[in-house]
Amino acid sequence: MSHRVRNRRRSIGRPLAALGAAAVLLAACNGDDADTRLEDATADDPIEITMYYPIAVGGPLENVVDGLIADFEDENPNINVTPVYSGNYDDTTVQATTALAAGEPPATTVLLSTEMFALIDDEIIVPFDDLAVTDEDEAWLDSFYDEFMANSRDAEGTTWGIPFQRSTIVQYYNKEAFEQAGLDPNRAPETWDELVEIATAVQEGSDVSWGVQMPSSGFPYWLFQTFTTQMGVEVVSPAGNEVYYDKPEVIEALEFWYSLSDEHGVHPPHVVDWGTTPEDFLQQEVGIIWTTTGNLSRIRADATFDFGVAPMPSNVQPGSPTGGGNFYIFADAPEQEQRAAFELIRYLTQPEQAAEWSIETGYVAPTPEAWETEAMQEYVADFPEAEVARDQLVNTVRELSTYQRGSVYDLINDALQSALTGQVTPEEALTEANESINELLAPYR
Amino acid sequence: MKTSFEPAAADPAEGVTRGVTPGGDPLARRSFLAPLRRIPNGVFAWALILPAMVILLGFSVVPMITTVWASLQEPGIGTSIGPANYERMVNDPVFLQSLRNNLLFSLVTVPVSLAIAMLMAVLVDREIRARGFLRMALFTPAMLPVIAAAAIFLAFYQPNFGLINVIAQSIGVPRQNWLGNPDTVLPSLMVVMIWKEAGFFMLFYLAGLQTISPELNEASTLEGTGRWTHFRRVTFPLLMPTTLFTSIVGVANSFKQVDFIFVMTQGGPNNASNLLLYNIYLQAFPNRNPDYAAAMTVVLVSILVALAVIQIRMFDRRIHYR
Repeated sequence: MSHRVRNRRRSIGRPLAALGAAAVLLAACNGDDADTRLEDATADDPIEITMYYPIAVGGPLENVVDGLIADFEDENPNINVTPVYSGNYDDTTVQATTALAAGEPPATTVLLSTEMFALIDDEIIVPFDDLAVTDEDEAWLDSFYDEFMANSRDAEGTTWGIPFQRSTIVQYYNKEAFEQAGLDPNRAPETWDELVEIATAVQEGSDVSWGVQMPSSGFPYWLFQTFTTQMGVEVVSPAGNEVYYDKPEVIEALEFWYSLSDEHGVHPPHVVDWGTTPEDFLQQEVGIIWTTTGNLSRIRADATFDFGVAPMPSNVQPGSPTGGGNFYIFADAPEQEQRAAFELIRYLTQPEQAAEWSIETGYVAPTPEAWETEAMQEYVADFPEAEVARDQLVNTVRELSTYQRGSVYDLINDALQSALTGQVTPEEALTEANESINELLAPYR
Repeated sequence: MKTSFEPAAADPAEGVTRGVTPGGDPLARRSFLAPLRRIPNGVFAWALILPAMVILLGFSVVPMITTVWASLQEPGIGTSIGPANYERMVNDPVFLQSLRNNLLFSLVTVPVSLAIAMLMAVLVDREIRARGFLRMALFTPAMLPVIAAAAIFLAFYQPNFGLINVIAQSIGVPRQNWLGNPDTVLPSLMVVMIWKEAGFFMLFYLAGLQTISPELNEASTLEGTGRWTHFRRVTFPLLMPTTLFTSIVGVANSFKQVDFIFVMTQGGPNNASNLLLYNIYLQAFPNRNPDYAAAMTVVLVSILVALAVIQIRMFDRRIHYR
């Protein structure tokens, strides 16, 4: 129905559109007095919506979210938002789908951008295009960095998610350790050869125990995508229904990752924990770590030494996958709640708010306009490292996102860990995983 | 039996026929409760059971039935019933590994934590200085939330700044990546489980020790029996009922307590620390395979029941009930 509404409005122009919309909506709501329309809702009788959101990085961010929501409610007294902090991304998925099964879906939830295909497959979410009524709405949908929209739009160009807390992987390096080892403290590794060289030098020449650390617990597929991107290959088809893990370049990428500990001895052996890797860096136990920009604010706050942030090195090309969370609107929520959620999401991604969220967390503000704001300009002038992730965007690929996401992740994560712990060779691990995953995805091709 | 706490029933016959409040003014009771008398005893009994029954049915029996029903759903469209989910299990290497891991995990953690619990209980049962403090100290791990304990151990086990490696290095042992190595991850988790469970079971053994008559101790002393012999021939056999109870609870816990996996390893590396219930969680929620998870749940419960029966049978012959 909403498609029809939108089309009609476009044809008769904007001023009339509002009237027409009201008429159509009135007709839609005829005889259903209990459902107040968004336009009719007042401060005394507001539309109530729930928003679930995860926090996957360090720091007391609930207050920031509460503050942003309070500002939104001041501007929109007819909407009442209940933000629910719901743990990490997996917890949030579980809670949102459980609430959905119980018939009380939240209007909107922040979930991993990679959930998109699975959520479409399960018919859990609605496209934002259906809720965009004005040209202004449409323009907003086009205001984000294309690299982030790669994980938010499907192959046909339908927008299913709105980038909110998005990230890339960057290098953090300990400048003091670099100096101690006689290295240039303003230059991080720019190629794979340099990575091995510098990591070896810093491990031998300073107090750190290890040259470099790339976490491989939980979701190693993500970090692995930095290596494959730097090899110049994509591991997944745009439609999310086929993977290419058996390509020789991909196997070489994993062989390189494994060689850092096995051959060069500059990386801790076996699997390294995601959550404690920033702590390893802060304790000056490692010279270089690769982790999300989402950890930037925390590392900046807690580092007792001078550190640098640098884009990913290059082998064939530089590069990193994007990552992080998108807003989704749930299909089972009543339409007026969906529309209220639409307003909320648009508010939260406006330049001022996006800039505030980015400054507080380290996530990459998802629109170019956010980087033009005064607050952001001031922040970046004081802390140029914040720009690294944005500047790296041109070299990013979409994070691995497929149908049957959970099972696919299990297969590839297990394969990567079995190779990184030396149980099987990278080639065996990836060939086998590739076969199993493509078998799983066969029905979607 | 402490009869002093039971309300004194002046007229036992009346208490039986009414089945309601003892004492009070007979006149007032007649006026208030008169309608109740007309309710037949059978109906009245059902009315009393009803709340508990509704809760039990709603939260235990019905979910059990729906779980079995869900586990029998064939995947795909339609409503056919069949053992597909169970067949899938037999060929699922991750399931089989989580099962193997879990059996090994139980086989090690339960006996060891019981042995340590018994030892600790015997030690702090004697008249020693700071006994209350010692008991509390030993029981503390059981009071800590699992997640908090797991977060602490996660830091302990870290290869770089972890306490265990710092100690190991200071005595010349090379550093280990405890949770990152498939060979050491499960033993590392076993240590956490034993540390957590031993204090809890100690409490039951302390209670068990209170029931052993001090005369036996005196008799042993008079006979000149050694402390070890006394433990082996007197204390240990008399603690058997407690051991049966704690071992059943322990086995159940070793299958049920997976919280620390979420914090410490997420089942990795390569499923080396994946336990059955964690695997069920993964299938039910992140992977959205509730039917397959239901089938695995049925298997898990069957294993627990089978193990409990074996334990009861095995111990029964050797228990000295008094």
